[in-house]
Amino acid sequence: MEGDIVQMGAYIGAGLACTGMGGAAVGVGHVVGNFISGALRNPSAAASQTATMFIGIAFAEALGIFSFLVALLLMFAV
Amino acid sequence: MAEEAGTGLVFHPMEPFKIHSMFDGEPIRWFEFFVPTNATLWMAIGVVMIALLMVVGTLRRALVPGRIQSLAELAYGFVHKMVEDVAGKDGLVYFPYIFTMFLFILFSNFLGLIPMAFTPTSHIAVTGVMALGVFIGVTALGFMKHGSHFLNLFWVSAAPLPLRPILAVIEVISYFVRPVSHSIRLAGNMMAGHAVIEVFAAFAPVILISFVGVVVTPLALLAIVGMYALEILVAFVQAYVFTILTCVYLKDALHPGH
Amino acid sequence: MANETHAVEAAAAVAGHAAEAAEKGGMPQLDFSTFPNQIFWLLLALGAIYWLLKNIAIPRIAGILADRAGTITGDLEAAEQYKLKAKDAEAAYAKALADARAQAQKIIAEARAAIQKDLDAATAKADADIAARVAQSEVKIAEIRAGALEAVQIVATETATAIVTALGGKADMGAVNAAVGQRVKG
Repeated sequence: MEGDIVQMGAYIGAGLACTGMGGAAVGVGHVVGNFISGALRNPSAAASQTATMFIGIAFAEALGIFSFLVALLLMFAV
Repeated sequence: MAEEAGTGLVFHPMEPFKIHSMFDGEPIRWFEFFVPTNATLWMAIGVVMIALLMVVGTLRRALVPGRIQSLAELAYGFVHKMVEDVAGKDGLVYFPYIFTMFLFILFSNFLGLIPMAFTPTSHIAVTGVMALGVFIGVTALGFMKHGSHFLNLFWVSAAPLPLRPILAVIEVISYFVRPVSHSIRLAGNMMAGHAVIEVFAAFAPVILISFVGVVVTPLALLAIVGMYALEILVAFVQAYVFTILTCVYLKDALHPGH
Repeated sequence: MANETHAVEAAAAVAGHAAEAAEKGGMPQLDFSTFPNQIFWLLLALGAIYWLLKNIAIPRIAGILADRAGTITGDLEAAEQYKLKAKDAEAAYAKALADARAQAQKIIAEARAAIQKDLDAATAKADADIAARVAQSEVKIAEIRAGALEAVQIVATETATAIVTALGGKADMGAVNAAVGQRVKG
């Protein structure tokens, strides 16, 4: 019984952790959207900033991956 | 839907990441570090492919390159330009190390997309060692080149004086989080994509169990195709991101003032 | 984003099977007993790739790229040289053409002069010939004319003598001759 409650809590926590992915989606969308709106204003400077955009995407996305990781840890490791 | 189908379905999302000995298929123990495993096999395949591309592909030294030689030159030029642009001209000394990591990650990621393959870069042990290598190497390099001036990286002289200690704490924390995010980003991306494909694959045979499968199976197959396409993109982007972040950290070590 | 919702679904679906998975030891990534093995082989693989790149691939590709750059600049220089050569050749051709043209003009002029000379000589000869013939003819005509005058005089004298005789007179040869000569001349 006690173990079941712990497991239930872990699964609920895993589900909640997955909401973090939505945050990552918002972050990535924000980065790319702003990049594109900037690129449309000044297309000549866009090519030189693509690397910066990818770094930004990587940082935003890493946090979503962290939440996925937390979910996996709760499900398999706890 | 899940209730109807759940009884007969088997989910093994973590199955493709299992490591076992190549000889008896048993899980290996901690002291058997020299036993070849499926991870070893796919790393070896990656090394062979890299050798085929970079060494055999350029054997002819053709002035007008063929297909494989063009690819080799493209990869060389891509990473070379990245190192030069981000880390500066003096970063080019470390180009072979960065190129090694880029090619290893790229080939691991792409070879891992072959069905039934194993992805070495989906394991935190592999990416962790690489990220720690970068972290320790870059930190040592910073202290060797600049001595105690390297600590200026954490002391933001542009900020007002009262804020500086707080900023310094934040900077130090973010500096030490670097290897963590650096390694987990790559391993997590690889693992997540493969696990999601695996889950959809588990949904695909629903049609054999229940009439709901008429709807679920095509959707699952479609989702696998879509995820696979996304994974091809991710496989490249993650290799690119790992490499470019290495270049950024290298730049911080070489020019801590900026 | 669809993937996140899929991932959420996936995670939820995975939950149904988690008990078994937990028995098997959870995430393979956190199975620390595989770490020494992976790290050992990873370092070996990275070392092998590094050795291949550092000693073979990178120098070779750098050499190829340098060769190509060198070849391209060399080819451009050669092309420049060829262009200059082509310009020289064009000038030489134009000169040769002009020379040939001048030569041709000269030959034509010479030929023309020669022909003119021949023609002049022939004309002169023909003129002389004609003049000679004219002279000859004139002489002949004069002779004929003289002969004719003489004949006329003789005939006139004889006729006059005959007429005078027929009229019954005695022809004075001197007077007749003088009268005839006067009439014939006048």
